[in-house]
Amino acid sequence: MSKFKKSSNTSNDIPTAALPDIIFMLLFFFMVTTVVRKADILVKQKIPRATQLTKIERKSLVSYLYIGEPVNASLFGTEPKIQVNDVFITEKDIIQFVNQEKDKLSEVERDQITMSIKGDIEVKMGIVSDIQQELRKANARKVLYSSIKKIKD
Amino acid sequence: MGRGKSRKPPEISSGSMADIAFLLLIFFLVTTTIANDKGILLQLPPPPDPNIVQEDIKIPERNIFKILANSQDQLLVENEPFTATMDELKEEVKKFVLNFGEPGAEGVEVYNSLPPSLKAYVNKNGKSPLSSDNPVSKAIVSFKAQRGTSYELYINVLDAINAAYNEIYAERVGITVDEWLTLDRDDDIQKDMYDRARNGIPRAISIAEPD
Repeated sequence: MSKFKKSSNTSNDIPTAALPDIIFMLLFFFMVTTVVRKADILVKQKIPRATQLTKIERKSLVSYLYIGEPVNASLFGTEPKIQVNDVFITEKDIIQFVNQEKDKLSEVERDQITMSIKGDIEVKMGIVSDIQQELRKANARKVLYSSIKKIKD
Repeated sequence: MGRGKSRKPPEISSGSMADIAFLLLIFFLVTTTIANDKGILLQLPPPPDPNIVQEDIKIPERNIFKILANSQDQLLVENEPFTATMDELKEEVKKFVLNFGEPGAEGVEVYNSLPPSLKAYVNKNGKSPLSSDNPVSKAIVSFKAQRGTSYELYINVLDAINAAYNEIYAERVGITVDEWLTLDRDDDIQKDMYDRARNGIPRAISIAEPD
């Protein structure tokens, strides 16, 4: 018995002094990589999956249009609606919205504005195509259909 | 005085530092979502000019690859019902674009610039008199959806058409599709590669307005 006891006099504590540093590193990683969402999404958002995705180079040129069935169906009904920033708009207001967004950009960048359409997969093409017609009229012709990377099986 | 000398400088205990950091970490983990700014890029045509009378331009049937989608999410590809997978649709589009049926001078020039693997592909699958003349100015992929078509199918078909073009471009400059998609156009070498791949084969996708 005494033989075994003697060998165990080394301390078996793991030094935890570096733990705060590790945690801080993780914390900074998450603080840097994540973006706080500005608008509350009031519509259902199940983004379609695709394989041929391109990344936007300049985020300042992007404006978002959310399309989908309202989450609060008792208040807004079940017809798909268009949301920008924090409010629902109709197709007619799109030109005005695009112009507002263009005003935020400098003059040389105005033609490069990209409209990111965040459509729910259950939306029908009717509303999407109406939006596209309005975007053509508003001369915001770069459209990005937001989608998630599809995992190939 | 003797007692004062032996006193240690005051220390703030830092044992709970990790706990505070954990708390912050969990807060950021829960409240933030990683922004998803990826998607399929599409350039819309300019709005119709009311001052110019729209002329009907006759394009031979063989130069248009027609894809129609109805409200029941069924596809009609080149006037035949299509039930196969999107991968097969991609192959069909690829064959159509790289057909070189009646290339003419500009088509021959593009054909000669292709790498051997793509030339072999053209010789094996293309040269059909019933399909497109050349990819330079003739071949157009037309996609028409109806108002009742689901957005999901629309994206899937658009994805398949884009995949066909991207595969051609990537193979033309000898890189994989994934490398092609992440090409940085601000970099001169990569921009040159991008231009070389696209030269002579424009991405001619026509999205028709639904009825």
